[in-house]
Order: sequence, then structure tokens, then C-alpha cells
Amino acid sequence: MSQTTIDPRSLRTPPRRPLRLSWSDERVRAIVWQILVVGIIGAIVWWLWSNTVHNLEVRRIATGFGFLSREAGLPIAENLIPYSPTDTYFRALLIGLLNTLKVAVVGIVLATIFGTLIGIARLSKNWLLSKIAGVYIEVIRDLPLLLQLLFWYAILQGLPGPRQALHPVDGVFLSNRGLKLPWIEWQDAHSYALLAFALGALFTWFYRRDAIAKRIIDGRPRPVWPMALGCMLVLPVAIWAAAGAPWTVDWPELRGFNFRGGLNMSPEYFALLLGLTTYTAGFIAEIVRAGILAVPHGQWEAAQALGLRPGQVLKQVVLPQALRVIIPPMTSQYLNITKNSSLAVAIGYQDIVSIANTTLNQTGQAIEGIAIIMLVYLSISLSISLFMNWYNARIALVER
Amino acid sequence: MPQFGPSFMRTMGAAALGLALALPGVARAQAPAANANTFDAVRARGQLVCGVNTGLAGFAQPDSQGVWRGFDVDYCRAVSAAIFGDPNKVRYVPTTAQVRFTALQSGEVDVLSRNTTWTLSRDTALGLDFAATNFFDGQGFMVKSALGVKSAKELEGATICVQPGTTTEQNLSDWARANRIRFTPVVIERLEEIVSAFVAGRCDAYTTDVSGLAATRSAQPKPDDYLILPEVISKEPLAIGVRQGDARFADVVRWTHFLLLSAEEFGITQANVDQMANDPRPEVQRILGKNGELGKMLGLDNLWAVNVIKAVGNYSEVFDRSLKPIGIQRGPNALWTGGGLQYSPPFR
Repeated sequence: MSQTTIDPRSLRTPPRRPLRLSWSDERVRAIVWQILVVGIIGAIVWWLWSNTVHNLEVRRIATGFGFLSREAGLPIAENLIPYSPTDTYFRALLIGLLNTLKVAVVGIVLATIFGTLIGIARLSKNWLLSKIAGVYIEVIRDLPLLLQLLFWYAILQGLPGPRQALHPVDGVFLSNRGLKLPWIEWQDAHSYALLAFALGALFTWFYRRDAIAKRIIDGRPRPVWPMALGCMLVLPVAIWAAAGAPWTVDWPELRGFNFRGGLNMSPEYFALLLGLTTYTAGFIAEIVRAGILAVPHGQWEAAQALGLRPGQVLKQVVLPQALRVIIPPMTSQYLNITKNSSLAVAIGYQDIVSIANTTLNQTGQAIEGIAIIMLVYLSISLSISLFMNWYNARIALVER
Repeated sequence: MPQFGPSFMRTMGAAALGLALALPGVARAQAPAANANTFDAVRARGQLVCGVNTGLAGFAQPDSQGVWRGFDVDYCRAVSAAIFGDPNKVRYVPTTAQVRFTALQSGEVDVLSRNTTWTLSRDTALGLDFAATNFFDGQGFMVKSALGVKSAKELEGATICVQPGTTTEQNLSDWARANRIRFTPVVIERLEEIVSAFVAGRCDAYTTDVSGLAATRSAQPKPDDYLILPEVISKEPLAIGVRQGDARFADVVRWTHFLLLSAEEFGITQANVDQMANDPRPEVQRILGKNGELGKMLGLDNLWAVNVIKAVGNYSEVFDRSLKPIGIQRGPNALWTGGGLQYSPPFR
């Protein structure tokens, strides 16, 4: 678009009037009201704060975050980074935060995929498929999430014990202790390869953006896949091979009471993930359906009339418009998954709430503990909101 | 001691607590009460406010009529009888593990009779005093008999069910570290959930206080399928807490407990307390107020002991009424004359 299309009238600003110190001046009134409101809120916050501090002092309750550096002594079953009970409360809370993120992030990805598929299935012309999707949505949405979590957890507990574990394929064991999978013994070479993959993916993304920009100028398509293959597959493999190509598989095996080695997915994590995913997918399905139905039928027909293939119609015409309807309510669902993950305490998954609860009980620092929980959820939620708002702005209808 | 409220309740409780501390009018007004003389405040009010568990079989639980019953509840009744001559002048405030100490500190309750383990840090940092240990407990393990385990030392590599939040969790990891035992914890808060996880075989062992294990075991359809291992890995002296700053009130609570012990020692029961007043033994006469002024020294009626024993009986009667039915043995809670730890200083 060239500059000449901008209406010159829209560039004009209204004339500035001098500020008069009078109640009849709208701007003076606005400033006074704002100062008053901010002042009142500030006073209330200060009042609450000073009273809390005063009352804690009177009751001789120690305050502060000094307890964070004390030894926690609490056992945690699942940790993404090394942890032992001799570590500090801070580290224990960090493990809790990572556990919350582990279930929230995976849950968001799975619920999005699963929910989109169900939403599309509900629009399907296949009667059976659309009815199944409809019943799924109605049932899942109408039952309390806590009940569903307990249901899944009870089912997983009904699995046989470790000595009678289900053993469908070599190295895979399913028992009431969780799902055991063989896993490679992680070494530095694997970390380097993973890093190379991440950098490769980033580079590919920039390359693709550049390729699209060039195509818009000269109309010649440039294939991205050779670059993607090179950066995301060949390079990491080459680095891994150069580092000695380590490849030792860690097989799970039954020793004593439990399985040792391999990768473990605990029933607690699995039940929580399953519950959160299936529950939220029900809502996401409806959002996706609404988004697709919001695109007028004429758009489909017009795109077809242009000679676009069905895949292109969906990708180039319908989805970009549907996404504008889908993204804002989707943000709420992502926030819901994150916050609902705090129901983990009911089934024994040690997320941030579980560990912070234990911490505040052992140290007696109730207010600090609750503040930490609030801070964690606020940070995660604001991050999700910020990202989704950025994405929403990016795909929004650009008005020129 | 484990705790039994659902977690969101506790979180809400803690949030409410924060609010209570923050809310100016309410909290400021209460602040002086926290330092005032508890004994006089209770007398003036005409009612004892007693913090109890939110519901733990044998210790404190409302029955089908909504009347609180249990071992801890009987202690509230005993203190009420000592002060007012009437065991029913008690208001019960169910407290979760999380709010119990603040409830006491803020003056919301006068006395905390609620399975609370007496530890140094609690005694010093929380603005409270422990008046008397009325139940000696310890943490143990329970396994299924079919597992073939006879000692906790054999639990290497096991998955162990544990309730979060209190000393139980830390005792477990201390014990495992000391004995070089690796274990996988399964940490579930609600009592019913963790028991069902253990019964379903999610864990090889379940750990909590031995009294709790016994209660859980006796509640199973086939108690013989479960075995409580001999090791007791911690000391859990469950004590009655009072607010710091009123030694007189603490004395009343402490000597009410000693009275129950002495009554058992001298064979004074709910049924024979009136006849016992004619007993020739001098200490019995002193206890029952026939001789001397022990009651007055505590600031109570001289017949306080008669009122208490008429209301709840002696220690063994209190114990047998609430704890025996759920399968808890006297064990360390036997009198010192019976090889236990319960020992009363002389009434003199």
C-alpha cells in the first residue's frame, strides 16, 4: 500500500486548549478523579499490609522468606532436575514449579490437538462421527474435573502390580506403578545434538520467513524442506556422530519391589494429564467448531471458485479467519489448564501447590507460602496471556 | 501427625487466615486478647473454646447427632469440668493442620487438643506452650502380609504412601537417609485417597503414626491381610497446646491431665468417685479435695477433681472409650506402673 491512500484528515489532531484550574475543565476533573482512586487503592493496600505485619508481630509469628534456604527434608517422587530431601525448600519449590509446567505445557499441546480433532469431527458429515464427538463434549464438559481425575486415577490403580505387569512389547511394562519405557542413557553428546536441533529449527524458521518474503516479490516458490532437513536432522546427527555416537539403551527391569531404570510415567502424572487433556479438549472442540462456523460459507465457495485445492482453501482462506475467533477464548482454556493442574494434590502429583502446602505447614510460614503459590500462578498465567495476545495481534485482521 | 482436610480447604483456610490477619478492625481488636490472661478470659466468657481435629476417628469426630466425641474431645470436656464444674461449657472449633497454630495464637481458641506433635521449633517459634503429652505415638509402617516383608529395613526400593504436610514426611526421608534406603514416595493428602491407593497396591507400604495405622487396619474388611512392621521410626508425643503467656491456665490444663493419670493409678473411676472420697489413702483424699486445698491452689473449686472424673472418668476410661474400639493398644500410653510412659507428679 502506498502512502497516498491515507486520509489526510485522520492525521489532524484536535486543537489544544489551555489547561484551566477549574472543576468545569474536563481534564482537571479526570486528573483529580484518577489521583483520588489511585490514592484510595494505595491506602487500602498499605493499611492491609501494615496491619498484617503488626498482627504477625503481636502474635510472635516469624515472617520473611529466610526459610527458603533451610533444608526441606521432604521426599519428592518426580523431579526433572536432580533433587534429594537434603536440598533446600527453594529447590523443592522449584521442582514443584517444574512439575506444574510439565503437566501444563504437555496438557496444553495435547488438549489443543485433541480438541481440534474433536471440533472438526463434530462438523463432519459422517453422522456417527459427529454424534460421538457431540456426546463426548456434552459428557466431559458436564462432569466436575476433580471427579474425572479421581476416576482416571482409580482406573490406573486397578492395573496389575509390578510383578504381574502387562508386558506388550519388550522393555515396556504397564502396572499400577506406572508406564515403564526403555530410554537411552543421556550423555553430553545427546545434549549437544538437542541444542543443534533447536538452533537448526530457529534458523529454518528465519529462512522460511525470508523465502516467503522473496516469493511475494518475484512470485517464484522456494522450497524450504532441504534447508529444514539439513538443519534439523543432518546437522544434529552429524554432531552426535562426531561426539562418538553414544547409544546405550537403559532397559527397565524388575528388581525387588519395583522397576529400575528406563523412563517412568507415574500413574499420578498420567491421570492428571489424561484428566486435564480430555476435560479441556471438550471446551476447545466447541471453540474450534465455533471458529470454523464463523467463517461465512461464501468464503469457502469463493476460494473454491478461484481453483484452490481443498487443503489450500482450509489453510489459506478459512483457517486464518477462523483463528481470529478461536484464539481469544483459547487463551482462557490454556489458563484454565494451568490453574486446574493445582487439583493435582487430590491424586498425589507433587505440583507447586502440593509442595508449597507442605512447606508452609512445616515452617508455619502460611502467608509467605500462599504468596509464593499466587506468584507462580500469576507469572505462568501472565506469560500465557502475553504470548497469546501477541499471537492474536499477529493474526488479527490488519486494517490498512 | 498427618492431617485430614482436603487441600483446597486448607488453602482456603490459609487464605482466610491471611485475610483475618490483614483485616484491620477485626485483627487489631483481637490483638490485645492474645496477650491477656486466658484463664480470666475463659472464666468471664463462661465457655472454653477448644480447637480439635476436623474429624479423626477416635480422637475427635462429631457423631450422628453432631456431638463431638473422642479422646481429644474428652480432654476439652475435662478442662471445662475443672474450670466450670460442667463438662459441656465447651465450644469446639475444628482446625486444620494449617490453621491450628494461628487459631491459638490469635485467641480464636483457648486450648489446642488436636494431635499435635510437641517439637522444639513449635514450642519456641509459634508463641505457644505445650501443657501435657496426653498420647505417646510414633511413626510406623504397614504392609500387606502377602508382600512377605517382616521388617522396615527390607523396604529398599519400595514405593511408600505418605500423607504430606507434617512431620511424617520428614521423618520418612530422615529414616531412609539414615538407613540408606531408596524409596519412591506417593504423596496424597486425603486420608481416604491414600488408604485406597495403598489398598489398591499403588504402594508397597503405608506410613503414618502407629495409632493411625491401627485405626486404618481395623477398618479394613480383612485386617489380617495387613501387617504393621515392628519398627517405630519417630517419637510423636501428641500434646495439648496453650497460648504462651498465661502459666496459670497452662497449669490447669497440665494438672487436669495429671489428674486423669492419678485417678487411674489410684483406681478412681467415673462410677466410684463419690465412694472414693472416703478412701483412707491421703493422696486420694488430697486429689478429691477432702483434705488440703490443691484445687484452690490451681485457682479452681476444691472439688474440681470430682467434677472432672464424674465428667470423663480416669485416663484408662477415656482411652478405652475412644481409642480401644479402633484397635489402638495402650502400649507406651500405659501408666508407669504398667511399664508405660504416662506418669503423674504427686498431688501434694
